[in-house]
Amino acid sequence: MHTNSSARQPGAKENRIYGINGPVITLLGDTGFSMMEMVLVGNDKLVGEVIGINDKETTIQVYENTTGLRTGEPVVGSGGPLCATLGPGILDNIFDGIERPLKAIEEQSGDFIRRGVNVSSLDEEREWDVRITVQPGDRLEPGAVYAACQETPIIEHRCMVPPTLSGVVDEVKPDGKYTVRDTVVTLRDDKGTVHSLSLCQQWPIRTPRPVGERLYANTPLITGQRVIDSLFPIAKGGTAAIPGGFGTGKTMTQHQLAKWCDADIIIYIGCGERGNEMSQVLEEFTGLIDPKSGRPMTDRTALIANTSNMPVAAREASIYTGITLAEYYRDMGYHVAIMADSTSRWAEALREISGRLEEMPAEEGFPAYLPSRLSAFYERAGMVRSLGGAQGSVTIIGAVSPQGNDFSEPVTQNTKRFTRCFWALDKSLAYARHYPAINWNASYSEYLSDLAAWYEENVGGDFIACRSQIAQILQEENKLMEIVKLIGADVLPDDQKLTIEIARVIRVGFLQQNAYHQDDTYVPMEKQLKMMRIILHLYKSSQALVARAIPLSGLTATGLFDEVSRIKYDVPNDRLDLLDAYFTKIDDAMRKLNA
Amino acid sequence: MIIEYRGVKEINGSLIAIDGVKNASFEETVTIQLDNGTSRDGRIVQLQGDRAVIQVFEGTNGISLANTRTRLQGRPVEMPLSPELLGRIFDGAGRPADGLGELFPETRRDINGFPINPVSRVYPRNFIETGISSIDCLMTLIRGQKLPIFSGSGMKHNELAAQIVRQAKISDENGGDFAIVFAAMGVTNDVADYFRRSFEESGVLSRVAMFLNLSNDPIIERILTPRCALTAAEYLAFDRGMHILVIMTDMTSYAEALREFSSSKGEIPGRKGYPGYLYSDLASLYERAGMIKSSKGSVTQIPILTMPNDDITHPVPDLTGYITEGQIVLDRSLDASGIYPPVSALPSLSRLMKDGIGEGFTRADHAAVSNQLFACYARVQDARSLASVIGEEELSPNDKKLLQFGQMFDQQYINQGFHENRSIEQTLDLGWKLLSTLPREELDRVDDKMLAEHYHPEDAALPVVSAGL
Repeated sequence: MHTNSSARQPGAKENRIYGINGPVITLLGDTGFSMMEMVLVGNDKLVGEVIGINDKETTIQVYENTTGLRTGEPVVGSGGPLCATLGPGILDNIFDGIERPLKAIEEQSGDFIRRGVNVSSLDEEREWDVRITVQPGDRLEPGAVYAACQETPIIEHRCMVPPTLSGVVDEVKPDGKYTVRDTVVTLRDDKGTVHSLSLCQQWPIRTPRPVGERLYANTPLITGQRVIDSLFPIAKGGTAAIPGGFGTGKTMTQHQLAKWCDADIIIYIGCGERGNEMSQVLEEFTGLIDPKSGRPMTDRTALIANTSNMPVAAREASIYTGITLAEYYRDMGYHVAIMADSTSRWAEALREISGRLEEMPAEEGFPAYLPSRLSAFYERAGMVRSLGGAQGSVTIIGAVSPQGNDFSEPVTQNTKRFTRCFWALDKSLAYARHYPAINWNASYSEYLSDLAAWYEENVGGDFIACRSQIAQILQEENKLMEIVKLIGADVLPDDQKLTIEIARVIRVGFLQQNAYHQDDTYVPMEKQLKMMRIILHLYKSSQALVARAIPLSGLTATGLFDEVSRIKYDVPNDRLDLLDAYFTKIDDAMRKLNA
Repeated sequence: MIIEYRGVKEINGSLIAIDGVKNASFEETVTIQLDNGTSRDGRIVQLQGDRAVIQVFEGTNGISLANTRTRLQGRPVEMPLSPELLGRIFDGAGRPADGLGELFPETRRDINGFPINPVSRVYPRNFIETGISSIDCLMTLIRGQKLPIFSGSGMKHNELAAQIVRQAKISDENGGDFAIVFAAMGVTNDVADYFRRSFEESGVLSRVAMFLNLSNDPIIERILTPRCALTAAEYLAFDRGMHILVIMTDMTSYAEALREFSSSKGEIPGRKGYPGYLYSDLASLYERAGMIKSSKGSVTQIPILTMPNDDITHPVPDLTGYITEGQIVLDRSLDASGIYPPVSALPSLSRLMKDGIGEGFTRADHAAVSNQLFACYARVQDARSLASVIGEEELSPNDKKLLQFGQMFDQQYINQGFHENRSIEQTLDLGWKLLSTLPREELDRVDDKMLAEHYHPEDAALPVVSAGL
């Protein structure tokens, strides 16, 4: 996190700590600070933020542990709000909640994070191979690209004129090697003031970056996960919530999405989660090769890790830091996906700080502004045309950890209001080790109709029809299971037994997906559609036989149902031609039975 | 120059407030000298101008507005550390309580510790064999993991923990050093004594550091107990390169102490009166498990907590489950039917096992057999509830087989003697023998190759005809 360069004027009033209560400190009297201003607290210069002001006192939340802080130590303002530094070097990096690179912290303070570590967000020594894309005399509007460099082998970093600036290019440096702080272009605005543009810029994390216009989100984010892509798809620029009690696989689902979804850039926010999980993400992403680019996943990923034992105020900020980084890459014209794991921890950080401020609590101790904060966060998603004219998107996928696995608690309920996809994870599915444990009866996607045209054009004309039939069978099974629970499956007529049998094929062979199987971990759309077609073909031909009073037991004895369930393992993703044989196999078997 | 502050301004529960304090730091320790010659320890929990609010560890009984002299120590609460910790017994605030005198400290550390930098962590993937089938196969313990036992009053969690301590192969292949840190919070004298005896029986007593805050000890000290214990564990693991197993019992009592402290401070309560920061507070304990790059040692935690009214959605088990890497859940009906350890397989889980089992760690078929056991046992529950409605006789043949499988699973797999130590091979083979009692098409989580190798119906386990019934 960079201290804004316009430091407070000398002679400004000196402020000293009056009260300390956990991460919240108070100062007496009129401090001259403004709301949300970033401040440095105490002799160790801990980073803090002003969260309350009245004529008697100013309240500050501190992003680091306050043990050892003394009353009377100085507090210095920075003159501006908490800002993220945006420039090359964000990708393939791991930050804490206020954009301090953890590797640099490790160099300074060892294996444990001590207080008052002072590191800059981006590597200021590293030289980038910069290509200048403008000439003196060019007129640049906000968001216009003036320089570019290869940030990682697959991502080109485009330096853009900050959203608040425009003017005519005065001077340019030649192409060459520059560090993030080097001036490469100077710009004269309409008033004649000259601004130097380096490779990086500052942006306050709590303010959404402005865009040209919002676009209709009608392209899906393809994830390779069947239950998502085929049943509950999400659009690029959409929002989704993954609620689930502990052990239902939220984190696992997030990891799968981060690995396989077809976004250009992934921002993974580990917000108040486990340290070992973050080290797993780090290790896995470094070792994993992106199938499209043939490069390690880390080349397109930035991680934000504010684990549960790191300071709570920084946890609250981590979500905003993450989304600001995402918006920055969106403005360059990339499709960015944010995985926030977990938004409940962020809400709890809000509650904790609100409690320290002795605010009047609303539901379950959460502050009354919880819904407005949540909606403000999710509204930063979207498919947009940026100020510079590029099309990009930010997709937010937020995990929710409901207290006591109770979906009626405030965070889940309010998240549901502001997200359009709801992938409800189910304890009983997780107990049966059915992963992803997305419950098809409780989940929904509002994007289905927006995306229908795309699917029909790019995957297959019958995609939506197949999808609806699969959903219908599952719905039907749900009703039948109510009866089965009361009287057993044996008394059902054969046609209903067939529905249950085919629903089992769908559940085991289609919805359940093995993240550790080399082919099953990611399934291309073409295979997804063909699998649906085969299942439906099996269903229809069986239905015809059952209608002719041929016993279901004879059908199951053919082993076809098991065989179709195993397609996911038996047909490799690069041998999709094998799938066609299943139709003939089914037809042959049916003809035999019919004879 | 040391300043003493005479008297206090206010007393409220375990908190006292002193005015006119100069140059105090947040969370600094203080010593409170009473006029009767005794002294108590405390720490500053809030500063407001020159007023300091102090939490008195031993409680405020006998303190009046005038009879104290308080002295600031100029440092946060620290734990003296040296390898001599092992074999010693400490009270809840980390002071020697075995009459063997003070520890000669090599170093002193702030008991709050510092968070491990996520990039400095080593991802844990070394299997710890506990010799208990249900744990080894279904919720494998990994070195550096935090795996709590969710239990209820009266169930056999202490026995289970003692058996893990006795059988677990904590030290590594190279025979690295291991030790046990035991933190008791609000447990009875009997329980503490049970653990002491069981450490003695398994011959590890000289490798145990015990921190005891018993149920009749000062409640506020209980907040320090796990912190002292974990500071000792981190020191032994990361400075001394040992493999440390930390047993903490009972986390529910700890959380209750925190609640009491929070309410006396007048904080706004969250769920069930627990403070809003209970999650962060528990995390600051559990997250101290793990391994780091610069040391070969490790801290593995087995916290034990009793779920009030056996309710897994109670804030303490609920928040714990969100922080720890899985849980071992004990079940009262299994316990009542005499099955030991009464591990309820379905809600139990180990998040780290996926990367610590299989070829090179345990055996190639481990993941398959454990997945399949889970899936089949989940179906057993459906069959059982159906049987309770329509009667066992009316079930389909497959459901009957499932019922039989369920019974054998409980009695032969979960059930195991307190002194029975099963190797991982025995455990996995037994799993296949049980699965072999089921028709082949029920086994949908295992691929054909694996089945061909391990599925042998002719060699299946046989139901036990219990002589007692």
